[in-house]
Amino acid sequence: MKILIIEDEKEMLQNMRQTLEMENFLVETAGTFKQAVEKLGVYRYDCILLDIGLPDGNGLELLAEIKRSKNNDGVIIVSAKDSLDDKIKGLDLGADDYLPKPFHMAELNARVKAVLRRKKFEGAQTLDIGNLKIDIDKHTVQVDGEELDLNRKEFDVLLYLGTNENRLVSKSALAEHVWGDHIDQADSFEFIYSQIKNLRKKLTSGGASLEIKAVYGMGYKLYRL
Amino acid sequence: MKLLNYTSSIFSGILFLLLSIWAILFYFEMLDEIYDSLDDGLENHKLLVIQRAHEDPSFLNRPEFEDGFTIQEIKQNNILAFTDSYRDTLMYMQNEKDYEPVRLLESVFEQDGKYYLVKIVTSMVEEDDLVKELFFGLLWLYFGLILSVILLNNLLHRRIWKPFYKLLSRLDSFRIDKDTEIETEPTNIDEFKLLNTQVKILLRKSVDRYHVQKEFIENASHELQTPLAISINKLELLVEKDQLTEDQTEKVAEVIENLERLTRFNRSLLLLSKIENRQFPEMEMVNFNDLVKEVVADFEDLASYRSLRIEVKGKYILQHQMNKDLARILVTNLIKNALIHGKEGGIVMLEFFQNSLEISNEGVNLALDSENLMSRFQNSSAGKSSTGLGLAISKVIVERFGLKLSYNFSGRHTFRLDF
Repeated sequence: MKILIIEDEKEMLQNMRQTLEMENFLVETAGTFKQAVEKLGVYRYDCILLDIGLPDGNGLELLAEIKRSKNNDGVIIVSAKDSLDDKIKGLDLGADDYLPKPFHMAELNARVKAVLRRKKFEGAQTLDIGNLKIDIDKHTVQVDGEELDLNRKEFDVLLYLGTNENRLVSKSALAEHVWGDHIDQADSFEFIYSQIKNLRKKLTSGGASLEIKAVYGMGYKLYRL
Repeated sequence: MKLLNYTSSIFSGILFLLLSIWAILFYFEMLDEIYDSLDDGLENHKLLVIQRAHEDPSFLNRPEFEDGFTIQEIKQNNILAFTDSYRDTLMYMQNEKDYEPVRLLESVFEQDGKYYLVKIVTSMVEEDDLVKELFFGLLWLYFGLILSVILLNNLLHRRIWKPFYKLLSRLDSFRIDKDTEIETEPTNIDEFKLLNTQVKILLRKSVDRYHVQKEFIENASHELQTPLAISINKLELLVEKDQLTEDQTEKVAEVIENLERLTRFNRSLLLLSKIENRQFPEMEMVNFNDLVKEVVADFEDLASYRSLRIEVKGKYILQHQMNKDLARILVTNLIKNALIHGKEGGIVMLEFFQNSLEISNEGVNLALDSENLMSRFQNSSAGKSSTGLGLAISKVIVERFGLKLSYNFSGRHTFRLDF
C-alpha cells in the first residue's frame, strides 16, 4: 500500500511517516504545495493524507485537482484549524475523511486503514487476526467459526485495538475513539478499564488466539499469541 | 406601540382638543350672530309697528299679542329712564302646544302726546336644539377627520417608511458569517439616506472584525495545537520502541498526560473564543429531553465506573431555540461535572420542571463558592485534570441564548438551567 503524506510541518511529517511505516506501508512525502503537485502528477497512491494548511497553496485546491483526475485515490484531509467550514468544503469536494489535529497515532492508523478498506476491498469488510474474524459491517466477531457475544463498546474496542495490532494505543486515543470527544475531560480514563476487563474475559473464554496487554500508565496493545 | 398607531393617536388627541375649543368658540359666535340677526329683525318690526300705529290708531290698544306684538299706553313718568330692552322669554305656542322660547323687544314711543309701551316678539331658535345640532355635526366632523387621518396615515405611512422597514428586514436576515454587505433601498429622503449609509459602515466594520477574530482563532488553534500534537506523538512513538524501563515508561506517560491536559485546555479556550465571536449561527428548536437522554447514554460507562446512578425525572418537555452543538456541549458539561464531582455510590439527578432543568449530585459537604464558580479557571477538589473552563463555557452558552444558569447547595449540589 502506497501512502502520500502532504504536510509542511517537518516534525509532524516525520511522526506520521514513522507510524505508517511501522504498519509496513510504503510512504512518500511532500512538504510543499509544489512538491505535492509534482508527486501527484506522476504517481498514484492508495491513500493521500492532505494537510490543507499548506503555506504556499490551498490544500483544498489540491483536493479538487485530485478528484478531477478521477484517480480514485483515497484522501484524508488533515487540518489544524478545527474549522467547520473546511470540513464541510472538504467532504463536499469528495474527501474520504477529515482528521483534525492533534490526533493520536492510533487514530491516524485506524483512519488510513478504514479508507483503504473502503477503497480497495469493496466486498469483504473483515479484519482477520489469528483465529478471529471481525466483520466490520455486521459488527460480529467469530472465533474459529463460533460467534462471540460482544456489546457495542466491546466490539469497538476490539476493532480499534485490532486495527492497531502490535501498536501501542494510548488510553486517551481509545477513549476518544470509542466513547467520543466529550469524554476527554473526564477525571481519568480508568472507566474504560472495566470494558477491557470484560472483553478480555470473553476473548479468553472464546479461545481467541490474541491478547490485550496493558502498558502501564500508557495504554494497551493487542497482539497475536 | 407601532409608529403608525402612535402618530394616529397623537393626531386624534390634538384634533379632539382643537375641535373642542373651536366648537365652543363657534357656538358662541353662532349664538351671537343669531341674536344680532333676531334683534335686527325685532328692531325693524318695531319701526314698522310704530309707523302702522300712526296710520291706524286702532293698533294703539292691543293688550294681547297679535301678529307678534302688543301696544299699551303707559304713564309718562315711567318712561324717562327707559331704554330698549331685548330679552329671552317663554311664550305659549298654539302649534307646539307648549311654551317655546321667544325673543322679546320692549320699547316705548310717543304718539299725539301720549306714551305707549310696545312689545315685539319673534320665535327663537331653541337653544338646546341648536346645541344638539352643533354637537352632532361636530361629532360627525370629528370622526370624519379622524377616519381620514387614519386612512391617509396608513396609506402614506407604508410608502414613506418603506426604506426603513426594508432595512429592518434585511438587518434581521443578515448573517455575519455568510454576508458581507447589506443592500439598501434607494431613497430621496435625507434621513433615510443617512441611516442607510451609517448602517452599511457599521455592518462592514462588524463583518471585518468578525472575520479577523475568526482567522485569529483558527491561526491560534494551529500554532497552539501543532507543537502539542507533535510532542505527544513523538513520545508515543518513543514508548513504542519498547526500549524503556517500566519506570521510564511511567514518567513518559505522565508527561503525555500533562501535554494532553494542555491540549484539552487549549481546545476549551478556543471554543470559548469561538462562542464569544458568535461563530455558531445555526439555530433550531432543541428538545432538551431527547438531548439529555442521548448524553446520559454516552456517559453510562463513566457513571458505572464511579458507581453513580443517573436518574432522569419529570414529565415536562423543555425546548429552546438555539444552536444544537452548543446545546449538546452545555448538557454534556453539566452532566459530566455532576459525574466527576459526585460522591461514589450516590445518585445524579436530572429533573425536568415546567420551566427549568435541575442537575444535582452529592459531593463535598460544603457549598461551593457560587460567585467565582463560573469564572474561568475556578477549580475544585476533584482533580487536576478538570480544566475549570467547563462551567465558564456553559455560562457563555447560556448567556448567548437567553437561558439562565444558577447554583445552589442544600445537601446536594444543584445546578439549575432556567428556560
